[in-house]
Amino acid sequence: MYVGKKVTRVDAYDKVIGRTRYTDDLCDKSAYIARVLHSTIAHGRVVSMDTSEAEKIPGVVKVFTCFDVKEKHYFPTAGHPWSTDPGHQDVADRLVLTEEVRFYGDDIGAVVAEDEVAAAQALAAIKVEYEEYPFVLDVQEAMKEGAPQIHKDYPGNILKHTTIRKGNYEEAIKEPGLTKVEGWYDTPTVQHCHIENFICYAEMEGDRITVTASTQIPHIVRRIVGQALGIEWGRVRIVKPYIGGGFGNKQDALYEPLCAWLCMQLGGHLVKLDIPREDTFVSNRVRHAIRSHIISWVRPDGTYAARKLEAFSDQGAYASHGHSIVAKGAGAFPQLYPCDNVEVDAYTVFTNKSVAGAMRGYGIPQAMWAVESHTEDVAARMGMDPVEFRRKNLMPVGYVDAFSRNELYDDTFNQCLDKAMEAIDYKRKFNEYQNQTGDIRRGIGVSVFWYNTAVWPISLETSSCRMVLNQDGSLQVQLGETEIGQGADTAYTQMTADVLGVPLRDVHVVSCQDTDVTPFGTGAYASRQTYTAGFAIRQTAMLLKERILEYARELTRMPPYNLDISEGNIVRTTDGRVLMTLGELSTEALYSLTNSRHLSAESTSQIKSNAYSFGCTIAEVEVDIPMCKVKLLDIVNAHDAGKLINPALAEAQVHGGMSMGIGYGMSERLLFDEKTGRALNNNLLDYKLSTFMDHPRLKAVFVENAEPTSAFGTKALGEPPACSVAPAIRNAVYQATGVGVNEAPVNPHNLFRRFKEEGLI
Amino acid sequence: MSKQYKLVSCTINGKHVEKMIDVRASLTDMLRDDYRLTSVKKGCEVGECGACNVIIDGECFNSCIYLAVWADGKEILTLEGLAGPNGEISDIQQAFIDEAAVQCGFCSPGFIMSAVEILEAKREFSDDEIRKLMSGHLCRCTGYENIFRAVKKTMLRRLGKEKEADEV
Repeated sequence: MYVGKKVTRVDAYDKVIGRTRYTDDLCDKSAYIARVLHSTIAHGRVVSMDTSEAEKIPGVVKVFTCFDVKEKHYFPTAGHPWSTDPGHQDVADRLVLTEEVRFYGDDIGAVVAEDEVAAAQALAAIKVEYEEYPFVLDVQEAMKEGAPQIHKDYPGNILKHTTIRKGNYEEAIKEPGLTKVEGWYDTPTVQHCHIENFICYAEMEGDRITVTASTQIPHIVRRIVGQALGIEWGRVRIVKPYIGGGFGNKQDALYEPLCAWLCMQLGGHLVKLDIPREDTFVSNRVRHAIRSHIISWVRPDGTYAARKLEAFSDQGAYASHGHSIVAKGAGAFPQLYPCDNVEVDAYTVFTNKSVAGAMRGYGIPQAMWAVESHTEDVAARMGMDPVEFRRKNLMPVGYVDAFSRNELYDDTFNQCLDKAMEAIDYKRKFNEYQNQTGDIRRGIGVSVFWYNTAVWPISLETSSCRMVLNQDGSLQVQLGETEIGQGADTAYTQMTADVLGVPLRDVHVVSCQDTDVTPFGTGAYASRQTYTAGFAIRQTAMLLKERILEYARELTRMPPYNLDISEGNIVRTTDGRVLMTLGELSTEALYSLTNSRHLSAESTSQIKSNAYSFGCTIAEVEVDIPMCKVKLLDIVNAHDAGKLINPALAEAQVHGGMSMGIGYGMSERLLFDEKTGRALNNNLLDYKLSTFMDHPRLKAVFVENAEPTSAFGTKALGEPPACSVAPAIRNAVYQATGVGVNEAPVNPHNLFRRFKEEGLI
Repeated sequence: MSKQYKLVSCTINGKHVEKMIDVRASLTDMLRDDYRLTSVKKGCEVGECGACNVIIDGECFNSCIYLAVWADGKEILTLEGLAGPNGEISDIQQAFIDEAAVQCGFCSPGFIMSAVEILEAKREFSDDEIRKLMSGHLCRCTGYENIFRAVKKTMLRRLGKEKEADEV
């Protein structure tokens, strides 16, 4: 059996010798080079564009302006499964190039040239005349009467407002003896910073267009390119080679539609669009900055009588994934610490800033920053131990959510807390760090997180799989679920080998996806890959096995119920004798002059379940108060992701999420100039991504309660590791100094302001 | 203005080569476009991310901010040149595999080249020194933890410290 073992990644060898081909490595050198012209105002209208100088530059093929987009096919970009119900479709508010400018960096033109230098020179030579409008960068300002309106039909710039009401909040707060704890919590705009920038290239063959792209969602992008060009979706083919990270940014149609459009304008000539790092920060997607207001009414025994959350999510200029992000966090609020009386209001609001989309955690890192900072504040106000307070109020075992029908089957939270506390020696450190004085102080902080797996029942969950048997008994496996670096192909290989009964080396998962060939699937997001694909793999492998054994009946004269496949052999179960190898059977099947058969299987599994995937972070810090600096000394994440398919890859996945959480908690923030709306630090030097030097050793521990709804007992682990790190760091700083920093990140800038306010400096 | 070219004659992965190169090209461009050595990756093209690192005369450089014409007369090593004559991979490459230090793999070639430079020093660096020496690289997948393990273990093994390596 391979599931549950530390199997080496199937692509590791090719990656360490530099043989894996990514999009740019595959593009033919005959490609024209395209560059996007971005607006240099935050809000307004392009009145005219003078391209005459740009066109004179040698090597420039053509300059396109927003006025060249004659057929206006508005399209949505979110990497959501399409909904056949118009009421559930994503907002179609983008054009390949736009006259209406809604943020500093909007796509108003494009240059196509023979080389990069000519393209860059041409971009600089284009003169744009704008009609400027007032702009707004802050969510609260954008909701005010008289604020600039960014899209028509959205009064107050509110893309969507949803509510959750449980019990009677107004009545419940009248209970005598309650303590009111209230706070505002802010998270910053951050960017995914996958090391491979978005890149794609397009070319035509016949009347069809092929776009090779660094995307997490080939089948979804196919649909969106079709919508954006106004052509039949079957005329679009998307190819996804190896990709250098995505983290949600590539769970959106980024520039595939524009690249395809440029290609079609140029008679189908090969066009490559390679996005520079500086543009990646501004004109791809960012994480929603969310401002949360929480009020808790707490009884003297430390239980909640009533709670209220208002969350304001900064959408930026276009809808992209829209309200789903803040809605996910809002949905977690009444579940994580259940309370009889709850009011939740979640708003998603347009501003004239970079467009927010999906990013690892999908609203949960923001929600956990607010909720777990607040939980710490409540415990402190009530004079209760922060861990005991959490244990008392966390979702109890047996809790069932009425909507998703998710159930907490095991004592996950307590088990994860226990394991993390032991791993980091929490109790000793916590006691030692109580009541410190002096300039240099240490602290240790806890945060739990809520997460669920995949998107059912909010949206479609489906996975298709195809298995094709080769002459030698090995097989190709294809899935719509995408390898983006997380190790999905390796997990699929392990699963297939176990269900079919073949050696690992005989399973060849086809990593490159091609919508002409790859079975339909929605892609890599929502930490759904292992869970969702698991169903399709098990079902398809069982189907293939049934067909193989049926064929074996003819060759062995044994009934299928007395046959099995083990280690690549057809085995008689009654005495364990190997009757023939799978290779012998397959060769016979393919070449038989009497009964030739191509043994393969393909099936779709629609998944109508979902699974909670919970855990926690504990962080230990040292704070230099006069310097307003925090050093992270030690950190541990504990997860219950069900049964681990591959413990080595699971651990690696947690490390990466922790790193992203450390950046979120301590250093990362994309800044915008208040006077112009321009991004100020859109490069990897000024945007403070964590480096090798910003981390202590990262510890990951697991509780493996088998998830009963799952095909392999497993559930989400892709995004969860990034969800609880930042608030744990914030709470460690709180223990060290008594100062809660409610605005992430806990960087010197925010600490200076807070230490000043609290009189520490 | 017509393009200007210059003959760049150098040794790449042990083989002497020469070509006329656009004088504006970076070493990254030359290695990728003219010699199709695509392990040299472009993540920022301004010397911030380290994905393009190669070894020039024994020293690791960001090839994206190193002009191709400067490579004239130099000896260049890319990831493709690390394997032995029969395709056998080096200890540091094997350590990246064994320690699960590879995820999306885009930053890996650059990291491995810096690791080669560290290992070639043939001395034992402290943990902090290793972190500092590797800090010119950015990775968003691994949190650097397993890369650290791979580098430290290989360093200790090359110094004959098998037992210490197993404890990393």
